[in-house]
Amino acid sequence: MNTQPVAVAPLERGGVSSMVGRRAADWLPAVAVLIGVLALWEGLVKGLHVQRFLLPAPDAIWSAFRENQSTLWHAGWFTFQEALGGFAIGCTFGVLFAVVVARWDLAGSALMPYAIAANAIPIIAFAPITNAWFDPLTKTSKMVIAAVLCFFPVFVNTVRGLRSVKPQQLELMRSYAVGELTVFRLVRVPTALPFLFTALRVASVLAMIGAIVGEYYGGSLDSLGANINQDASLFQFEKAWAEIFIACIFGIGFYLAVCVAERYATRWQPRMDVAGN
Amino acid sequence: MSVVDIRGVSKQFKGGTVALEDIDLEIEQGEFISLIGPSGCGKSTLLRVIGDLVEPTAGTVTVNGKPARQARRDHDYGIVFQDAVLYDWRTVAKNVALPLELAGWEREKRHERVAEMLELVELQGFGDHHPWQLSGGMQQRVSIARALSFDPALLLMDEPFGALDEMTRERLNAELLHIWHASGSTVVFVTHSIAEAVFLSTRVIVMSPRPGRVSKVIPIDLPQPRGPETREDPRFFELATELREALHLGGHVEIPA
Repeated sequence: MNTQPVAVAPLERGGVSSMVGRRAADWLPAVAVLIGVLALWEGLVKGLHVQRFLLPAPDAIWSAFRENQSTLWHAGWFTFQEALGGFAIGCTFGVLFAVVVARWDLAGSALMPYAIAANAIPIIAFAPITNAWFDPLTKTSKMVIAAVLCFFPVFVNTVRGLRSVKPQQLELMRSYAVGELTVFRLVRVPTALPFLFTALRVASVLAMIGAIVGEYYGGSLDSLGANINQDASLFQFEKAWAEIFIACIFGIGFYLAVCVAERYATRWQPRMDVAGN
Repeated sequence: MSVVDIRGVSKQFKGGTVALEDIDLEIEQGEFISLIGPSGCGKSTLLRVIGDLVEPTAGTVTVNGKPARQARRDHDYGIVFQDAVLYDWRTVAKNVALPLELAGWEREKRHERVAEMLELVELQGFGDHHPWQLSGGMQQRVSIARALSFDPALLLMDEPFGALDEMTRERLNAELLHIWHASGSTVVFVTHSIAEAVFLSTRVIVMSPRPGRVSKVIPIDLPQPRGPETREDPRFFELATELREALHLGGHVEIPA
């Protein structure tokens, strides 16, 4: 019998560019949109004489950014550390709880309803309270709110992932007479990884939000949130926007880092790039 | 010595369904046994009882002269399901190597063996592919290579070609016979295709449902080795007719919707 054509061509291996899945030319439309939006923004603000506290023009934000660069990066880094710390703590607990719940049905039926209900609560509402529990000037109080935000999506998704192993895959493992730990390592963990990473991507965004919003309710003046809050109340809107811009840079960087880790950890999966090709 | 010895096996599921009732069956070394019957006749359950994946409520199962549980622990059988059940995160080669890894084979020996197995199922050159890159028939061949990789005395197959189109199925039937000859193993094969059962088997076990029982045993005396010409042999039609009648006498005829 002859070998048939393969249903899908094997993937080429490559560096980061292939991980992002795009060539320079593929980026052109997106870059054009960005330039267009910035030009339109600048034109409308200038042409319609929009008050600067409503919306400053991009060039004003840019010069505020240039003037305050070193403090901005410093504040961004400070806040990012809080987000990262909270992310690490929340995700670790989320995964640990998920493993327990997925393994022992009793733990699952006792905890899952609350986890799902809690997942629907706007946890960010607790931000002022965590500031009361921990010293608001430390990073710890912001890590706590970020951690709580990260916990639920990671927990719920990981449980779903660990449980979505196909029964026949388990039956096959049973035919090999291997122990539960081996099944966990060889079958459950790889099955759960795509679910886990979906949650980690969400959690990376939530961690930044948690840290910044926590800072709004009182935080060190080294932090982004406290600065945004203060500059807005001092009518320094260009600087507040520049701080938001820094928050975006760190937030997007964090998200992309998780995406790269995902591509690496689940490189066996069939790939679709952002454009769906 | 018989490879499989089933004595007085019954299986009642928790809901009360009697899947198997008082089954006796002895399978000799080198036989190719098909279990055939309408759905609900317990043929898949019987296969799982042999593999110690389902525990019988009564009776004893001996595989390779030892209790079924011990045989499973000793990796005495390989199993193939209707779906290929490949692990998507492993390449084809690593899927085939899985049972060898679990049995603690060294890397070198594993590589060698995997290459041999891929050649046996004619998938050489596909070792580095991932399962989703292969067609259904190719995936099922990987699954067969995996089941045979550790040279088990017994191969259990649960409707392995049921999900494939007729053309692919006939080709894989011929390949399976070739593999069976080459490996010298004993095969227990669950199917609901009359043609497949007659073409492949040395003996067909006809089962009837509610409760699942053996209603007839038909020895298939078609000459070996079998090939495309076997399907045109008048004896093939006689046996297929005998089998069809035995299935109908079993009481329950399925009319496809």
